[in-house]
Amino acid sequence: MTNLTEDLKAEAMPGGGNDISARNEFRRRSPREQKARTVNVIVYAVLVVLVAALMVPFIWMVSSSLKENNQVFTVPIQWIPEEFVWSNYSDIWTRIPMMGYLQNSLYLSVIITVLQVLTGSLAAYGFSKVRFPGRDVLFLCYIGTIAVPWQAYMVPQYIMMQQLGLTNSFNALILLQAFGAFGVFLMRQYYMTIPDELCEAARIDGLSEYGIWARVILPLSKPALASLALLTFVNTWNDYMGPFIYLTSNRLWTVQLGLRSFVGQFDAEFAMIMTGSVISVVPILIIFLVGQRYFIQGIATSGMKG
Amino acid sequence: MTTETRLRAPAVGPDPKRRNTLKRGDSLHRGNRKQARRNTLIGWTFILPNFLGFLAFTLIPVLAAFALAFMEWTSFSAPKWVGLQNFERMLGSDSFWIALRNTVIYAVGHVPLTLVLALGLAMLLNRKLKGIGFFRVAIFFPYITSLVAVAVVWNMLFSPTDGPINQFLQFVGVANPPGWTSSSDWAMPAVIITSVWRDMGYYMILYLAGLQAIPTELYEAAEVDGASPWQRFWNVTVPSLRPTTFFVVVMLTVSSFKVFDLIVVMTNGGPGRATTVLSQLIYQEGIGEGKFGYSSAVSLVLFLIVLTVTVLQFKIQQRRER
Repeated sequence: MTNLTEDLKAEAMPGGGNDISARNEFRRRSPREQKARTVNVIVYAVLVVLVAALMVPFIWMVSSSLKENNQVFTVPIQWIPEEFVWSNYSDIWTRIPMMGYLQNSLYLSVIITVLQVLTGSLAAYGFSKVRFPGRDVLFLCYIGTIAVPWQAYMVPQYIMMQQLGLTNSFNALILLQAFGAFGVFLMRQYYMTIPDELCEAARIDGLSEYGIWARVILPLSKPALASLALLTFVNTWNDYMGPFIYLTSNRLWTVQLGLRSFVGQFDAEFAMIMTGSVISVVPILIIFLVGQRYFIQGIATSGMKG
Repeated sequence: MTTETRLRAPAVGPDPKRRNTLKRGDSLHRGNRKQARRNTLIGWTFILPNFLGFLAFTLIPVLAAFALAFMEWTSFSAPKWVGLQNFERMLGSDSFWIALRNTVIYAVGHVPLTLVLALGLAMLLNRKLKGIGFFRVAIFFPYITSLVAVAVVWNMLFSPTDGPINQFLQFVGVANPPGWTSSSDWAMPAVIITSVWRDMGYYMILYLAGLQAIPTELYEAAEVDGASPWQRFWNVTVPSLRPTTFFVVVMLTVSSFKVFDLIVVMTNGGPGRATTVLSQLIYQEGIGEGKFGYSSAVSLVLFLIVLTVTVLQFKIQQRRER
């Protein structure tokens, strides 16, 4: 199978399919294998076209961010700018307080992620490795609230924050988002797959429960911790409704709010708007490329075992 | 829920109650009393940091939302119990029905399209090829891109006059391409297309996980029996994926009824009220205008819809399994 796919890669290259060596190889293969090869070539072709089509919004975003405003909507579309207007990327920092927005987003994302991962993994240990009366009912409460749409209780949350005098502050968002049930759920699903015998053995060796959590479970659950941390970070970074409801002063705005307000104020500055969009996406792209494995694992675990 | 809690598990509750309930739990019997008490204490210390936040900022607001729906409470008046009055007003309100209709239309468009495309992509990507990982990652990426950027870019792509999408449509021979977000008929389809593009990568991952769990022997056996690819799809793949599909349908429906930020950023409910959805109505009435009671009544309806859909699909799933 691996040989086959390696061959295929060479064949999928332009012009690689028709040379003599490939023909000779074909002769040695059974008809069935040949058929599989043809199918694979077609799949490659379809995938390339499909992914290119799906990436159009991103391509257009980057290309427009390097144009003058009046070059963005042209007939026909210019996929590559006539001349690259790199100055968009230096001007945006003075047009809007982009640096401040990035700092705010980073601050919120880091604090919320740290709290969520820490409290989530602690609670997950309690829910999966310690037996005590009421544990499962309590966990049901957690699951139950995941099923309730957040929109259904955002008003009581808002009233509460208003009473506490926390509206228009980061603290409101941190308190609301750092103790989510989802994190506990995700970590518990993972901890359930770690055999209890490991904890038993550690108990016999004289480790306390906190010791087991810190020295046995945490090191074993690195992939799940990474999943949760990445998902939380990205969610917080991308969150629009939370900051939209709670942060009213410009100096507290996150990248998402800043970008949205920029679009509202200067709706004809197409190029600059795209520049801002690119800047808001780049951190996510980097994080995603570094940790894509964990994103996908996190989704597959929390999704399928629910 | 509360009675059950008290019967089976006395330990649920805030901190001060704990000692009390523990004694009750112990007196029931339990071999090693000391050990049980120690476990409870240890268990709670693990859970407590998260639970305090969860209790205060999720559980209590959820419960409060139910109570608020039956109260008259605005930012100018004190809370007062009014029974079903909020619901009566809601059922007689134009904007409620419009928002409900739009939400249902969105769900009807978003759920099947995303499902079919996600499954198709997963089938296409479920093979061992060099570089397949790249394609998977690329298709998944829109899902984690910030919503504001997505909405802003698609708004421009959908631009009625010189936007790339309409240029393309004209190129393939559509004489009068739609006005998309500036037209009340086409704004919802534009939102649906954007959301399908964004979400299908996520559900594709779920389907990929499902596909990879199907034993290859099933396909081999079907092939030996002379089943065509199409028959193999309908008789092996589809039934084997039923649990995944159930989960995907539930998730998709629930998320469709919750749709909020995409619409706020892309169309803000417009033009007119063409894309106003339930969540937005809750926001406008509750946080925008301070009608806490009334908006909670709308919230309750939203929750009941989501709950009904989930339970219904659960029943269908159970019947099929029999």
